[in-house]
Amino acid sequence: MIEAVGLTKRFGAKTAVDQLSFQVRPGHVTGFLGPNGSGKSTTMRMILGLDRPTSGHVTINGRPFRELPNAQRHVGALLDAKAVHGGRRARTHLLALAQLSGIPEKRVDEVLGVVGLQDVARQRTKAFSLGMGQRLGIAAALLGDPQVLLFDEPVNGLDPEGILWVRNLMRQLAAEGRTVFVSSHLMSEMALTADHLIVIGRGRLLADMGVQEFIAHNSAGFARVRVADSDRLGAQALGEALVKAGGQVLKEPDGALRVTGLTLPHVSDLAHEAGVRLWELSPHRASLEEAYMRLTQSAVEYTSTEDPRAELFEPEPLTVPAWEDEGAHQVSGPTAAAFYAPPPPGAAGAQPFLMPSRPGDLAGTATDPEDPR
Amino acid sequence: MSTAVLKSEWTKIRTVASTVWSLVSALVATVGISAALCWAIGATFDDLPQEQQATFDPTVMSFAGMTFGQLGMIVFGVLVVTSEYSSGMIRTSLAAVPRRGTLLLSKLAVATALALVVGLLTSFLSFFLGQAILGEHSIGIGEPNILRAVVGAGLYMALIALFSMGFATILRSAVLSLGILMPFFLMISNILSAFETTRKVSQWFPDQAGSKIMQTVPGTVETPYGPWTGLGIMVVWVLAAVLGGYLVLRKRDA
Ligand SMILES: Nc1ncnc2c1ncn2[C@@H]1O[C@H](COP(=O)(O)OP(=O)(O)OP(=O)(O)O)[C@@H](O)[C@H]1O
Ligand SMILES: [Mg+2]
Repeated sequence: MIEAVGLTKRFGAKTAVDQLSFQVRPGHVTGFLGPNGSGKSTTMRMILGLDRPTSGHVTINGRPFRELPNAQRHVGALLDAKAVHGGRRARTHLLALAQLSGIPEKRVDEVLGVVGLQDVARQRTKAFSLGMGQRLGIAAALLGDPQVLLFDEPVNGLDPEGILWVRNLMRQLAAEGRTVFVSSHLMSEMALTADHLIVIGRGRLLADMGVQEFIAHNSAGFARVRVADSDRLGAQALGEALVKAGGQVLKEPDGALRVTGLTLPHVSDLAHEAGVRLWELSPHRASLEEAYMRLTQSAVEYTSTEDPRAELFEPEPLTVPAWEDEGAHQVSGPTAAAFYAPPPPGAAGAQPFLMPSRPGDLAGTATDPEDPR
Repeated sequence: MSTAVLKSEWTKIRTVASTVWSLVSALVATVGISAALCWAIGATFDDLPQEQQATFDPTVMSFAGMTFGQLGMIVFGVLVVTSEYSSGMIRTSLAAVPRRGTLLLSKLAVATALALVVGLLTSFLSFFLGQAILGEHSIGIGEPNILRAVVGAGLYMALIALFSMGFATILRSAVLSLGILMPFFLMISNILSAFETTRKVSQWFPDQAGSKIMQTVPGTVETPYGPWTGLGIMVVWVLAAVLGGYLVLRKRDA
């Protein structure tokens, strides 16, 4: 169990971590998410006593890391896979770490086997690829067979087989009742690995909840409706009926409709009443990535500036169909944001990124997540 | 300190290339340059002025190359510490064992012990080779004070290495540490000692005070301290550097 209370770290004028309080519980994989520079690594370094908090404190099983007796047997960490002396061989690197806490030499060979590095154990680590270095870092974290594990971007640079292996490893470690705290930028991977999420932006807590709950809170799903190609008038009629029933409708480039605000059975009923033949009526659940993007958009510090050539590659925009009256556009503005589509000309186009500026505004659909501000 | 951490530090120190080449160069430079200078002075001894002949110290002569050889010790001391920082290994180590004092003291103990072994090897080799070359102007190890000087020379090299380790722990940067220590011990300290007025200050420098231990013939230069006190002054410098390093490591983020 890791517990942070009011954790704050300033580097000069820069506040890297700001009043962060959270708990990481045993038996779960807890994902640690946040944009670049949001303070994830700094938080992890504070947990491990490498950086001293400006204020607040963080404990592992009730004690500050620096006061843990035989710390390596309780806590294992991969912070930076490159934090290895390149001139040393993989095995001696691990051996030196193992000897620190009197861990027997045979455990070194064990973990080398676990991470699949046994064949390169006697190579100097400077010749290691990114993924091999990452595996070596994971091996080091596992040395003491610890109850609490911290991994800072462990899948960075791993091949698909390696990513799958890390996912299973994390899940297995958690299933054994250990505390697993993992940061990553790969949302699809996190969605599969983590049970619980802690999301920060600009050093502050944005969300602390289960993965499913997080997605539900921070995104809106939609229904895709495709009317039979032959039935042009039908599409028009159905669109009108959907809007009248309170749904918001956007037209995809190939003619399919994205409907929000109505349940699937309701859409089906309306189509039936309008006598329209459907080729597709499918639910689209938002991904963790989408939910994450919506939550953190306002907290992103380092965004790329627009490349003028980018518009050459821009996909055909979604359009507001003719039957949507102007009034509906205003309402559907925030909803349109959910699809990352540029605004239709003249409609609700005030927000440059089509992102709500505050997480609380999210699409106005889901109940407000706890507003961090 | 604990045996576990000492073992780990020994594993680390023996598995990096810089340990070997820096220590070997300390030995080779000291022995080689000393031998060359002994040969040169032996060949021209009769041309020397009377007073220089009278105060000729064959022991000091056989350590003449140490001015350069000590650079190897400085490099060794600096790299042992800074390679941990430049590679990031210090964070990996501290994330495993958070007791910073233990970690630092164990590292310094292991590295200093190794430097002492190499230092003693160097001083004895240098002494015997130098005396063999000096021939009729040489002195035996059994004469008064000679063994003290030879053992002292080994201690001096180990202390220079330890001083460099402490200094590098404060600065954490190899370039910065070497950029200050090498010119200081190679030139600045020696140049300042060449002049009567500046010597008043420079005689208290660690290398000037410490090298008094190698002197067996009262020289032309008077110092307000004897050989052991001189070495003691050097030890005070070394302890100050180590303490400084410890405080920095304990206080600063790693
Ligand atoms: N030693 C330091 N000195 C000064 N500023 C620092 C230091 N370490 C981190 N920072 C700053 O603190 C902020 C948080 O950095 P941190 O590395 O914790 O972010 P992160 O969430 O891990 O980012 P990423 O996803 O890119 O790894 C950044 O703005 C960074 O510039
Ligand atoms: Mg980071």
